[in-house]
Amino acid sequence: MKDDKLLRWVLTFYTALVFLFVFAPIAASLVFSFNSDRFPTIPLGSFTTDWYVKAFSNPEVWDAALRSLIVSSVTAVIATAIGFSAAYTDYRYDFVGKKAFLILSLLPPTIPLIILALAMLGWLSMFNASGMTISIIIAHTVLCAPFAMAVIRLRLNQMDPNLEPAAWNLGASEWVTMKSVVIPFTLPSIIASLCLTAAVSFDEFAVAWFVSGLNKTVPVVILEILTGNIDPQVNAIGTAVFLVSITLVVIAQVLVLRPAKKPEAA
Amino acid sequence: MTTRPTTKPDTYAIAWRLPLIIWQGLFFVGPLLFMVAMSFFLVKNYRMEVAFQFSNWQRMLSKDFFWDAYFFTLWLALLATIITSLVAFPASYFLAFKASERLRRWAIFFLIIPFFTSYLVRIFAWQVILAQSGVINAGLSYLGLGPWQMLNTQFGTMVGYLVLCLPLAVILQTFSLANIDKRLVEAAHNLGCGRLRTVFTVVIPLAKTGLVVAAVFCFILSFGDFVAPYYLGGSKPPTLSIMIVDTSKSGQQWPRAAVVAITMILTLLVVAFSAIGFAYRKRGK
Repeated sequence: MKDDKLLRWVLTFYTALVFLFVFAPIAASLVFSFNSDRFPTIPLGSFTTDWYVKAFSNPEVWDAALRSLIVSSVTAVIATAIGFSAAYTDYRYDFVGKKAFLILSLLPPTIPLIILALAMLGWLSMFNASGMTISIIIAHTVLCAPFAMAVIRLRLNQMDPNLEPAAWNLGASEWVTMKSVVIPFTLPSIIASLCLTAAVSFDEFAVAWFVSGLNKTVPVVILEILTGNIDPQVNAIGTAVFLVSITLVVIAQVLVLRPAKKPEAA
Repeated sequence: MTTRPTTKPDTYAIAWRLPLIIWQGLFFVGPLLFMVAMSFFLVKNYRMEVAFQFSNWQRMLSKDFFWDAYFFTLWLALLATIITSLVAFPASYFLAFKASERLRRWAIFFLIIPFFTSYLVRIFAWQVILAQSGVINAGLSYLGLGPWQMLNTQFGTMVGYLVLCLPLAVILQTFSLANIDKRLVEAAHNLGCGRLRTVFTVVIPLAKTGLVVAAVFCFILSFGDFVAPYYLGGSKPPTLSIMIVDTSKSGQQWPRAAVVAITMILTLLVVAFSAIGFAYRKRGK
């Protein structure tokens, strides 16, 4: 029994180390962003907000931030709409070629981003559609729709299969049932999906880098600063970006996790 | 249970089916097929011309630097898969068997966070931490050790791959371990099977499918990542993903980059299918 206790402590400690490894870079970039040294080390330099001042007085950063905001919000809306329709199709219908449909709807995240980026660049260039903000939106929607579908499909799992037929028996058409039964029921997952897909799009850099041309998003600006030299501005921009993403992810997780406990509510 | 066969497809049914088919057909299947075609195109005066020539394939596949990069990338991805799986396992074992339901839920909640935060920023933080005068070497110097060269080495690349893969590996492993029948583990203990032996002869075989799926994801992620080998590994020698960036970004040689990309996809398909085949193979005595 004593042995068991020891093992538990060792495993607890080990798991804590794994979490330390996962969160160290996030904490480090927060600390370094307020640190005066250009090449941070221990002991730390003095407290400064210079990197934030420098980053936020750069018009390129603002330009990119605005573009990222547009790209991620438009992507979130389109990807969630597509994801919803795919999830609903999977929930309700069985048809010839459904397997192919599901593969098509879940495959994109398994293709390495750099390959997707190249393919997208070639394809969009053929239609003279690369190098624009809309090119990024198109590519990001491809990437985000599977996430949207997964999140909404999970929620649909909790919906009583008799709910829709009940509405039809009461005389509602399919479209009316969709509007007043299915959509209200899945609303938490729709909002969660909007947040998650926005966060994915907000952080994606490989595809955006290839297809954006001169219309850079924030991660592309970060990538270009990184290619230059060690520049703590990245920590300041990164911390700001992190705050945006984390807010979206936490909202999404609360919405996804909470209704899981009480499916009959909402 | 939830899907019911319906009669003939009507407007309503089709309306929900079409958005995904149209969008992913136009912007996912289209680009990938086009990339295959593109690998036969020619580049003249920095402009791509439609053609059907095997010259790109010949040029790339006959070069030693391509095969060097190919086997180097394969090696790095395999190494990353093994290291990540091993590093993740004890933590997943703890979360699945020793931790309370509540703790497990919170742990998963926290492990999902890195997915949606900037991978670039995390890699940059590691670049600073691992640098010659960085946090780790400064700490080591207090102990009278170092400095160690960690940046621009394979070690650096591996740290990057761990950053990328570890959270997902722990999540997937934890799910597969938590799903196995605890009574079987108890039975093994009651029959006098030691703890380590139980792990290897009962727990791991029972969770095999999930463990292999986690490993496959690690392989896919590290095989295709260009950030870790570039910014932490120093890009010497280059990996296939760095080669795609270099040939398409600086040389405008999209067709040649397409050749690299297609070989990567074929490799991933072979690896994924053989691993899944292995995972679902009947357990022989």
